[in-house]
Amino acid sequence: MHGRPRKPATPVDENASALKAAKIRSLQSQFLLNHHNNIYTKEALEINAKLIESNPEFMTAWNYRKLAFEHNLSNQSEADSDHIKSVMDEELQVVENALRKNFKSYGAWHHRKWVISKGSSSTERELRLLNLFQKQDTRNFHAWNYRRFIAGLKNISDEKELQFTTDMINDNFSNYSAWHNRSVLLSHLLEKKVVGYFPKEIFLKEEYEFVRNAVFTDPDDQSGWFYHLWLLDQTVKVDMPNLVSSWPPHGSEITKTTFPIVLFFNEPVEGVNLQTVSVQVEDAIFKNITWSLLSANKFKCGQAWLTHLTIPLGETNSSKIFQVKISSEYSQGIISSNDVPCSQHWSIEFRVSVCHDFQLEGQSLRRMLMTDENFCTVGINSNVMDLFKSYFELASDYEQPTSSKWKSEMIASELDQYRELLSWAECKIGKLTLARLLMANDAIGTTVAPNTSHVEEVLKLYSELMELDPAHYQYYKDEYSLAFLKQVTSSKESLMKYCGQYKESTSSNITGPMCLRLNSLSLSQIGSFERLLWVQSLDLSHNQLHSIEGLEALQLLSCLNLSHNKVGSFMALDPLRFLKSLRVLNISYNEIGAHTVDTRRYLCSSPLSHTFDYDKKFEEFATGDEKVLNCWEAYSVFGGLDIMQLDVVGNAAADERFMLFLVKLLPGLKWLDGEELH
Amino acid sequence: MAETESYPPIDPTNFDLIVVGTGLPESIIAAAASTAGKSVLHLDLNPHYGSHYSSLTLQDLTSFLNAQSPNPNINPHQSDTDTTAIDVITRPLYSDIEISSYDDSVVESSRKFNLDLAGPRVLFCADLAVDLLLKSTANQYVEFKNIDASYVCDGNGNLMNVPDSKSAVFKDKTLKYSEKNQLNSLFKLVQGHLEAVKSVETGVDDEKVISEEDLDSPFVMFLDKMKLPPKIKSIILYAIAMVDYDQDAGESCKDVLRTRDGIDRLALYHSSVGRFPNALGALIYPIYGQGELPQAFCRRAAVKGCLYVLRMPVISVLLHKDSGNYKGVKLVSGQEITSNKLVMDPSFTVTSSPSESPQDVSKFFDAGTISGKLARGICITKSSLKPDASSCLVIYPPRSLYPDQATSIRVLQLGSSLAVCPSGMFVFYISVVCDNALEGKKSLHAAIDSLFSAHTSGTTDSCSTDQIDSTEVKPTLLWSALYVQDLFEGLMGPVVMTPTPDGNLNYNDLLHTTSKLFQQLYPDDEFFPETSNTDSSDKLEDDSEVGIES
Repeated sequence: MHGRPRKPATPVDENASALKAAKIRSLQSQFLLNHHNNIYTKEALEINAKLIESNPEFMTAWNYRKLAFEHNLSNQSEADSDHIKSVMDEELQVVENALRKNFKSYGAWHHRKWVISKGSSSTERELRLLNLFQKQDTRNFHAWNYRRFIAGLKNISDEKELQFTTDMINDNFSNYSAWHNRSVLLSHLLEKKVVGYFPKEIFLKEEYEFVRNAVFTDPDDQSGWFYHLWLLDQTVKVDMPNLVSSWPPHGSEITKTTFPIVLFFNEPVEGVNLQTVSVQVEDAIFKNITWSLLSANKFKCGQAWLTHLTIPLGETNSSKIFQVKISSEYSQGIISSNDVPCSQHWSIEFRVSVCHDFQLEGQSLRRMLMTDENFCTVGINSNVMDLFKSYFELASDYEQPTSSKWKSEMIASELDQYRELLSWAECKIGKLTLARLLMANDAIGTTVAPNTSHVEEVLKLYSELMELDPAHYQYYKDEYSLAFLKQVTSSKESLMKYCGQYKESTSSNITGPMCLRLNSLSLSQIGSFERLLWVQSLDLSHNQLHSIEGLEALQLLSCLNLSHNKVGSFMALDPLRFLKSLRVLNISYNEIGAHTVDTRRYLCSSPLSHTFDYDKKFEEFATGDEKVLNCWEAYSVFGGLDIMQLDVVGNAAADERFMLFLVKLLPGLKWLDGEELH
Repeated sequence: MAETESYPPIDPTNFDLIVVGTGLPESIIAAAASTAGKSVLHLDLNPHYGSHYSSLTLQDLTSFLNAQSPNPNINPHQSDTDTTAIDVITRPLYSDIEISSYDDSVVESSRKFNLDLAGPRVLFCADLAVDLLLKSTANQYVEFKNIDASYVCDGNGNLMNVPDSKSAVFKDKTLKYSEKNQLNSLFKLVQGHLEAVKSVETGVDDEKVISEEDLDSPFVMFLDKMKLPPKIKSIILYAIAMVDYDQDAGESCKDVLRTRDGIDRLALYHSSVGRFPNALGALIYPIYGQGELPQAFCRRAAVKGCLYVLRMPVISVLLHKDSGNYKGVKLVSGQEITSNKLVMDPSFTVTSSPSESPQDVSKFFDAGTISGKLARGICITKSSLKPDASSCLVIYPPRSLYPDQATSIRVLQLGSSLAVCPSGMFVFYISVVCDNALEGKKSLHAAIDSLFSAHTSGTTDSCSTDQIDSTEVKPTLLWSALYVQDLFEGLMGPVVMTPTPDGNLNYNDLLHTTSKLFQQLYPDDEFFPETSNTDSSDKLEDDSEVGIES
């Protein structure tokens, strides 16, 4: 079952398996003949049973039994319960024989569920069977899964089942299935608000202690780790969706009359629309607003929602200031993916000053070069400081301060325990858990500004883990990157260190927007988008990014440097298609086209795995050999963008034919790989 | 005498091997020799099997302990032309016998007891005895149950659970988290070492192997090096490795356990946990008592053709007059039986008759010297030590009961589910290795005082008046037998002497000696050769059979 080494087959084994194969083949052809002719006689079923017994993995054979079952019972005119029972018992017996052969047969367990759900069989017998299976292999997840099914059918209380997991874990705590079932059952109990399990702080303390016994007894046994992670998630989780940031921010002043509005929530939500959110300019409520989801996934939920607003300018009010208010009109209508409504009312107010003179926004015909000499530090008096200010003083009524007391106590006590564990034993789970706890501690701490008092320690822990456990290097690296970005975005001061004002090397004039320069930081993942909604120019070059998921929330982004990263395909750049302001893009020196199959994040690059529908227009647009895969992907990502300057050199996909394709695809393109187009 | 006439004549009168005494070592030799195709005659003067390894009724136990009278010297020597006879006498193994009864109900149900002479004793699921039972297929004659729990006495007289496995450590409510980590780390180190040793043999890495230097050092020093606190050290040394002598006594410790052996003992314990799916802990006990084991081997021997005669004392050993070599034995019936080899249990010795020169006798019967003493105790109560465990092992490490307690005291409690006593009663076996009877008895009494409360009511007139309700209710002692047993190790000679029961909890050392004796007896024969039908029986005969039922 577990830990049994494979032995190479001996000639005797091979003979036996050849003989078995011959037997199965003959049974199989007889069975298929019956199946195709819809023969459901006793003899036909016996042949099928024999076949299943020698090969329980054959799904068609199971499906045939279902057909036969329905066929034979539908012929029964009156409800002869004895007959039904004998037919069902027969089915259960076949399943049992199959499970005896292979107790991890998906088909067999599924068939059993199917038969049992037809009713009238004794669930007592099922529990007896389960006890046998769970004794033989305590971790068999099929049996655990079936147990949940039977417990539901038989209305066995969650508390009783919880006790069962306790017993199983006491016998041997190295049992993922038991820990997992525990988390499922506790979630049920919490959801149903069962006395003793609601609110969740009642059981969390005991559960932390329970799993601590496992982790501390054997820090290398991984089965308890996931449970701890689940508990931590339960502790930190805010149970309600809430707005955490927006563009434009509350209290800010902007100078454009047409601009995007982005609402950013703490968790994916749905239901952001005219009924739930009101947009008010001066005293007029805008009715022609359409909110759209900023997310590349197929779900209806997302953290970021977008709309565009144009201030209607009369002739007279050429330099007027407009007061805009966006507020939750009916916050209950905004619900999280697990149907929890947003019950907190919120509102954002900002001013729009109309200034015709400033509207030039002349697009520079010069090529932008994001090299160090093209940036200078940002002056304290720069007008962006005001934006920052409003960002970081955005009053956070988000989290309810009362609920966090038990949370910080619980996490503080866990922190003490895990620091102690590390004092006797250098173990990776100790370090990892400590890092997670410290992040959690910061997350639930003070509400006014993000607490980053422990980030330095977290970064150190992840650095140590990368060395200690190279097999999971990438995971630690990702976590490191996210913690690092959390720190960078935590305050105005820390952000300023990474900002630069663009100027052309030939002139001393500041000619572009302020750029957030997160280059050469060996980031493998990006995050903290809720604090970056203001960014117009972003330098992420010389990192180790595979993906830019989440970047779609940065609606102001017009200039993006992704050169010298590890982006493996155009599909990994999918978020770009939401960035309609993007003019300058550098994706040079990545790995686009270098892997036929990107095994890391985007598993398989094919139209089937894409999150949006295949665009028919591509058929019209592309001709002949342009219909290669990369062109199609590039078409779907860049097709709707108005890019002026693009760098793609240094990617396997960027051959001459592809360049021609890009020129055709992007009519507004002025610069391609540094060459001016005519 | 009318008695003599009732002794049946034995036919044939010549065997390859005669075995006298049906203790475990003798029974195993008889079974192994029969299996190897030898003709074997197995004799015992007692009406029951097992000799010093038997389980007896309360009455029989009392009389067996007290039976010290030498055999009546019935027959004068018939001076045969070519034979010399040396008289055999039994030598007393037991001394300082103290039997106390405080409640008549115990003695009244005497026949419902199966009391072990050589208790406390258990089998470890992975020990030699279990292997031998399986290998010899004698396991079909015995059934086992597991010992429910195991406790060790801490410095303050409290009994704590012995956290002897990963899951026991996990469940334990008294250990600190750091202690849990330390204990399990040691378990893992041992496991890693054993696996690494195995893989070194096949030429893989040797990273986890404990260094030779450490392996040769005292185990207690190794545990110190691992920075284990005294409490954990005590659990490992005395309650898992089952060490006798105080390992912290330094130079004066009589038997220092080396790390190498310490690790072997931990490994034995650990491979015992979970060897059989239906045995929960590491320790098992045969239903109806330890006496079942010699009987099982005797039955095995009988199946292979060994001839059994009980109640048949041997009165003398016969020698060839000319060569002085062993020839045979003379039975109490007067019959003379010849054989090539003779094995005798250690309670027999010979008197040198005046006609023989002492050297001749000692040439054949180097009776061996007493290698040590053991104090044993059997106690009977009507309640269990712990309400949730009907059978359990209790260890009192050195110095835990009184300051100069030099050796570990082991106690085994058994309940009626093991068919060793009437229902509602419990039997306790206590043993301690000692230098002399005084010291041994002191240890026994200290353990008894700690375990039980004295009998206060009932028929005895020594009714004490204090009626203090102590917080923990100790079992009341109803009956006890304390005795001191001499220890002899087995001896190879023209006549083979088997070992007496030793002071260990399991049979490993005894079986080791026994298999060596057999190999010296029959160097060309295998000690229970592997048979093809043994592989399927690697399952403990217990009440709950594991399998799928419809």
